[in-house]
Amino acid sequence: MTTKNKYKKVAYYPGCALEGSGHSYNRSTKAVGKKLGLDLVEVKNWNCCGAMEVKNIDPKIQTYLSSRVMSVAANEMDMDVVMAPCNGCYHNLKKAEYDLKNDNESAEVVDRLSKKAGHKTYESGQVETIHALDWIKDTIGEEGLKSRVKNSLSGIKVANYYGCMYTRPRHIFPEKDAGPGSESTSKPHFMDDLLAAAGAENVDFPLKTACCGGAHTLSDSDMSTKLVLNILKTAKLAGADVIATECPTCHSGLEMHQIRAEKTLGEKVDIKILYFTQLLGMALGLKPRKVGVHENISDSIKFLKEKGLG
Amino acid sequence: MRSLAELEPVFELPLATADEDAAAAELLQASEEVLEHWITARGDVPTQETREGFRLLALHRQGAKGDPSFNACRETCREIVYHYNLVQMRDVYSDITDRLSMLAMISKHLFLFVSGKMQVAELGEFCCSAKPIRSADGATTT
Repeated sequence: MTTKNKYKKVAYYPGCALEGSGHSYNRSTKAVGKKLGLDLVEVKNWNCCGAMEVKNIDPKIQTYLSSRVMSVAANEMDMDVVMAPCNGCYHNLKKAEYDLKNDNESAEVVDRLSKKAGHKTYESGQVETIHALDWIKDTIGEEGLKSRVKNSLSGIKVANYYGCMYTRPRHIFPEKDAGPGSESTSKPHFMDDLLAAAGAENVDFPLKTACCGGAHTLSDSDMSTKLVLNILKTAKLAGADVIATECPTCHSGLEMHQIRAEKTLGEKVDIKILYFTQLLGMALGLKPRKVGVHENISDSIKFLKEKGLG
Repeated sequence: MRSLAELEPVFELPLATADEDAAAAELLQASEEVLEHWITARGDVPTQETREGFRLLALHRQGAKGDPSFNACRETCREIVYHYNLVQMRDVYSDITDRLSMLAMISKHLFLFVSGKMQVAELGEFCCSAKPIRSADGATTT
């Protein structure tokens, strides 16, 4: 089966961020999937991927938690693809997959904890974990998107911000550097490709994978604010009207520190921050509310109306 | 090697000099000094070697040795080099504007990231490290 067909029906793992601060990402991902005729079947009784808190205390518990999500998809739902739009979840599932394949001790711990918890042990390779970008890029592609666009994003200059977890560490994403047509860990472009197909003008953005300080937003807020402010200003200097995101941690960080930079550093950067699924959804004819623009912290409604998307 | 506090103004716009070559060289040099701080703080002697013609890339590689989280600034270093080259090649790529300002912004990001790591070494840990693989390990799985 080609990935084009294989990805048409996937197990959907939203993760905790998409039920909270990243709810508009959840809403827009589902809306875009529905509009494109793609099936999302939510993973039953899913749990935390182990994110940063668990991973920092006991990495193998994180491997287990991520493996349980994949086990449910594979063994209880008979699915062979898990799609995770959150970069943190996506990263952790990929890392768990790598650990289980390459580290016997991790595999032993996962087996022991799975038995203790009463579910089948996840075996490496049972599912393929993909990101929302892979999902749309492979099933619909640029040409498919072009033919479905109802409201072109033309006139909107976009800086595509991928953040850190989508590409690092490189060894857990071997498929990303597989040559022509594949994604790139050093210069990711799938989001650029999709939004360009929807009519957007992508700007050359040199900080597309740079650190936003997201993990330290509570322990060192000032540093996070400075890092985000620099990202916002660089995107502006590159000529962007909008920063497109595909990670709820990055997205929330950019929005919150945009406000904090104005309050604490007196620096206001007038740039909009939208999930790529929100931009794609509107290009496909969905109203801003349908893709959760009203749920974002920053207000983009006036801008979107000016661009004919409101 | 200038202190981090002394280096910070170097990255601020507008740049001190209008001479593009001199300004680009100053930004590259300052970026190298930023990495020297990281390497020195870890008890190493900053390398004088180059990679792909740039000491900055050799310094980054040295700084990331044994600490994968430092790879969070790998692409930033490469973008600094790329934009430095764009400044040098302005006659060939005359349509590219603001390359010097962009170089300053990217260099500033490196400065902020490394400054952050000097205070909170775990900055970048969440995203870039493969902790379970590299730790030998102190994990306490029950």
